[in-house]
Amino acid sequence: MSAASLTRGDETARRVLALLRPGPGGWIVAGLTVVLVAVAAGASALLLVLTGGSPSASAAAIWTGSLANATGWTTTLLNAAPLLLVAVGACICVSAGTFNIGQEGQVLIGGLTGAWVGLRLALPGPTLVVVVLIAAAVGGGAWAALSALMLRLRGVNIPVSTLLMTFLAIQLVTFAVSTPGLLQESAQGSSGIADAASNPVPANAQLGGFGQYPSVQLNVGLLIALVAAVGVAVVLNRSRWGFRVRMVGLNPLTARHTGIRVAALGGFALALSGAFAGLAGGLLLISPVGTNRLQAGLSDNFGWDGLLVALVARNRPLATIPVSLAFAVLRAGGDFLSATGVPYFLVDVVKALLVLAFVAPPVLVDLFRRRRGVTPQAAPAVSVVPTKVKAVV
Amino acid sequence: MSVLDSTTTILASGVRLTVPLAFAACGEYVAERAGTMNISVEAMMLGAAFTSVATASATGSAAVGLAAGVATGLVLGFVHGNFSHRAQINAFVVGLVLNALVLGLTSYLITTNEFVSHQVGMVSIPLLQDIPLIGKPLFSVRWPAFLLFLLVPLTWWLVERSRWGLELRAVGENPQAADVTGIKVNMRRRQALLWCGALAGLGGAYLAVGEVGSFNQNMTAGRGYIVIAAVIFGAWRLGRTMLGCLVFGLSDAMRLALPALGVTLNAQLLVAAPYLLALLAMLLFTTQHREPAALGRPFERGST
Repeated sequence: MSAASLTRGDETARRVLALLRPGPGGWIVAGLTVVLVAVAAGASALLLVLTGGSPSASAAAIWTGSLANATGWTTTLLNAAPLLLVAVGACICVSAGTFNIGQEGQVLIGGLTGAWVGLRLALPGPTLVVVVLIAAAVGGGAWAALSALMLRLRGVNIPVSTLLMTFLAIQLVTFAVSTPGLLQESAQGSSGIADAASNPVPANAQLGGFGQYPSVQLNVGLLIALVAAVGVAVVLNRSRWGFRVRMVGLNPLTARHTGIRVAALGGFALALSGAFAGLAGGLLLISPVGTNRLQAGLSDNFGWDGLLVALVARNRPLATIPVSLAFAVLRAGGDFLSATGVPYFLVDVVKALLVLAFVAPPVLVDLFRRRRGVTPQAAPAVSVVPTKVKAVV
Repeated sequence: MSVLDSTTTILASGVRLTVPLAFAACGEYVAERAGTMNISVEAMMLGAAFTSVATASATGSAAVGLAAGVATGLVLGFVHGNFSHRAQINAFVVGLVLNALVLGLTSYLITTNEFVSHQVGMVSIPLLQDIPLIGKPLFSVRWPAFLLFLLVPLTWWLVERSRWGLELRAVGENPQAADVTGIKVNMRRRQALLWCGALAGLGGAYLAVGEVGSFNQNMTAGRGYIVIAAVIFGAWRLGRTMLGCLVFGLSDAMRLALPALGVTLNAQLLVAAPYLLALLAMLLFTTQHREPAALGRPFERGST
C-alpha cells in the first residue's frame, strides 16, 4: 500500500491511536501499570482492614461523595478544575526540562494577588472576575519568574528555589491575612488566631454556577481549565514554539546549537507554569470550593496534588484531564469518607501509592532491559523529567 | 524573671529545637555531597518520629523507640536510593511521593491508634551545667543529644578524611570521572542515602521520644525542608551547616518565646527566616562553586 493511498480517515485513526498509545515502553508498561495500581488498591484495602475499617464501605463512601449524584459530580468537577490548571502548567515546564515543584506556593500567591485586586478594585459585574483571574495568573507567574531569575543570575537550582519559595509564600499569605488594613477593612479577624482570613471578595467577583440549578454549580473555571489543557497540548505538539520547548527539554545543547535561547525559553516556561498555578489559586478564591476569603489554607494541597497529577499523566497535557478527574474524585470522596469515620488521610495514602504505581512501570521496564544488556533502540524517556536540567545553565 | 534567666531559657529551647535539625542536616549533608538533593528527609524524620513513638509505646522503652526511628530512616533511605539511583526516577519526584506517602500514612495511623507516652531521660553533667548562660542549655539535655558530639565529627571524618568519603565527593562532583576510575557511582549514592536516612531517622525520633514524648500529626512540620535550607546555608560545609541549624533553631525558639516576653517581632518573618536565608545564601554562594557540581543530576553510564 503506497503512502498516497492513506485516506484522511486512516490518518485520523492513526492520530487517535497515537494519543491512546501507552507511552514509552509499550504495552508491557501498560500491563505493569495495571498490576501496580491493583497492588496499590490492595495495599490501601489491607491498611484499612488492619486498622479495623471496611474497604467496601469506604469505596462506597468515596463513590457516594464524588460520582453518585449531582452534588457529588459538582464537588468533583469543582475540585478538578484547579488540579487540571496546575497539572497543565507543570507539563509545560517539564517539557522544557525545568522542574517546578513550587506550585503550592504559586497557587497561594495567585490567590493573594487575586484577592488584593478583587478587594481593591470596584469594577462592574463580571469584569471583576476576569481581572481577578488575570491578576492571579500574573502573580503566580511573577513568583515563579523569581526562581527563573535566580537561576539566570546566580545559577540557583530551580527545584530547590521553587521549593523554598513555597514556604516563603505561605508566610507571606499568613502575614497578609493577619495584618489589619491590608486585606481587611476591620481589625476584627486579626486576633492572631491561626485561621485568619481576608474579607470575602465582592459578590460580583465570585463564580457561581451556570443558570439556576442550586445543586449543580459548574462554573467557567472548569471550561478555562479544559481549554487550557487542550490548548497547551496543541501548542506543545503542533506549534513551532512547542517544538522548541520540547527540544530544550530533550537536549539543551542541540537546542542551543540551533540558535534557541535556551535559558530564556526555560525561564518563560517556568513563569508560564507559575501563571497556571496562580490562575488555579485565583479560581480557588472565587469558586465555591472555599470560603471566597483568602486564607493560608487556601491552596489546600492543590499545588502538590496538581504536580502529582502531571506525574501520573507522564507530562502529557491531554492525559491530565482524566487523571485530574480521578484525583478530584478522591478529594471529593475523601471528604465524604471522613464523615463516615474513616480519617481523610487514607485518601492521601491512596494518592501517593497511585502515583508510585504510575511513575514506576516505565522506569522498571527500562531497568530490566538494562539488566539484560539490551540497549534500548529509540532511547525511551527513562526519567519522568528530562535529565539534563542543569545543562541549561 | 531576669534577663539572664530568660536568655538561658531561650537558649535552652533553641538548643532543643536545634538537635533534631542537626542530626538530620548531618545526614542530608552527606547525601548532597554525593550528589543527591534528597527532599525526602522530611519523610525520613516524620516516619521515624512515628515509629519511634509506636515502638516505645509497644516495648515500654524510649531507647528501643529511638532505634526503631533509625531503622525507619534506613528503610526510607534504602527505598529512596533504589528508586532514584537504581531505577533512576527523578530524585525530586521520589522525594515528593515519599513525603506525601509518609505524611498520609502517619496521619492516618495516629488517628486509629493510641500510644503510651515515653521519653528518653535527661542527663546533666555536673559542674559544666553550672556555667552561667550556656551551662543548662548545653549540658543538661536529653541524652541522645550527646550523640551529636560523636556523630558530627564521625560524619566529617567519613566525608573529608576516609577513602569512602573521597569517592563520595568524587561521585558528587564528577560522576563520569568517578565511574571511569572504577567507583560504583550509584552504589556510593545509595550508601550516602542510607547514612542520611539513619541520621534523619535519629533526628525525627529525637524530636518524638526525646523532646515531645508523643506523636502528633505532621509533627515535623517542614523541619526536613529547613534541614535542606541549612545545608544550602552552610554552603555544603559541615561546620557551617551545623551553625545554620543553630541559627534556625534559635529563630524558632525566639518565635515561641518572644510573645511571652512581650516583645513584638513579626512571627511570619521568623518562620520564613530559614528559607529566606537559604535563598540568600544560594544567591551569594553558588557562583563560587561550593555546590557539588553534579548535585541533583542522576548518573547513568554512557550519558554525558
